Amino acid sequence: MSTTVELIVSAFLLMGGSFVLLGSFGLLKLPDFFTRLHAPTKATTLGLAGLLIGSMIYFFAAEQRLMVHELLITLFLLITAPVSAHMLAKTALHHQVKSLQRTQGRSLAESARERQAPSFSEDTNL
Amino acid sequence: MKLQARNRWIPMPAQSFILFVVWLLLNNSVAPGQILLGAFLAWTIPLLVSPMQARQPRVLRHGLAVRYTFMVMYDIVVANFEVAMRVLGPNRRLNPAFVAIPLDLEGDLPITLLASTISLTPGTVSTEVSEDRRWLYVHALHLENETALIEQIKSRYEAPLKEIFGC
Repeated sequence: MSTTVELIVSAFLLMGGSFVLLGSFGLLKLPDFFTRLHAPTKATTLGLAGLLIGSMIYFFAAEQRLMVHELLITLFLLITAPVSAHMLAKTALHHQVKSLQRTQGRSLAESARERQAPSFSEDTNL
Repeated sequence: MKLQARNRWIPMPAQSFILFVVWLLLNNSVAPGQILLGAFLAWTIPLLVSPMQARQPRVLRHGLAVRYTFMVMYDIVVANFEVAMRVLGPNRRLNPAFVAIPLDLEGDLPITLLASTISLTPGTVSTEVSEDRRWLYVHALHLENETALIEQIKSRYEAPLKEIFGC
């Protein structure tokens, strides 16, 4: 395997690794449950994409064959990530997990939990 | 919305095809044995599950659907950088918010696609949909302008989905 390919693969691996790390760091650092939900659903998608592209290039260069498992992993990830995020958010709403004090439209969480249309009595900013 | 013409022996041709391709991709081979096994699974699984199928609106504009997919992929990359910046920045500068988005879409599949798109793209996660399917509740990591966010979601994601499914 040539040095150029090695460099490209390492670049992808490093980029993927940093994004996954950032996602986990966000999980630790963000202030409340709902904001924490953002870090793993987003940063991790690109992180995994980087790792998978790196892996595809590596196997293509090293073993001269096209590995397509990576594409399938991407597909399954794109289908499952939003669903699990939604389930987590829904559970948090029903357990009345406290959101950050300065969250705008906190009254909306009430109507969201009851799955009703929003009541705009408390929201003057709409 | 019209129901797909039902064939008794191959009730879900598109799904059968996807199953077959995914089977070959999972095994990463086109050996005759794998093709035979894949074809068998792609034929029998739809036979077993087709009675459980729920009616869904069909994709009317295929070209637009492909374009929408690529647009969402691009937005996912942008979203990743944006969220990464917010994660690295100080917490006190975050401005989280719940937002209710009025829905014009109809049908479970289009709404699910819209909600998934919202979860994967810049700074927003869908949390709940109202019982009458008219409101989508979204949590934003950082909100600057509520009307602008609603406007952006409606024009960038909802309008094309509406066109794709013709509802």
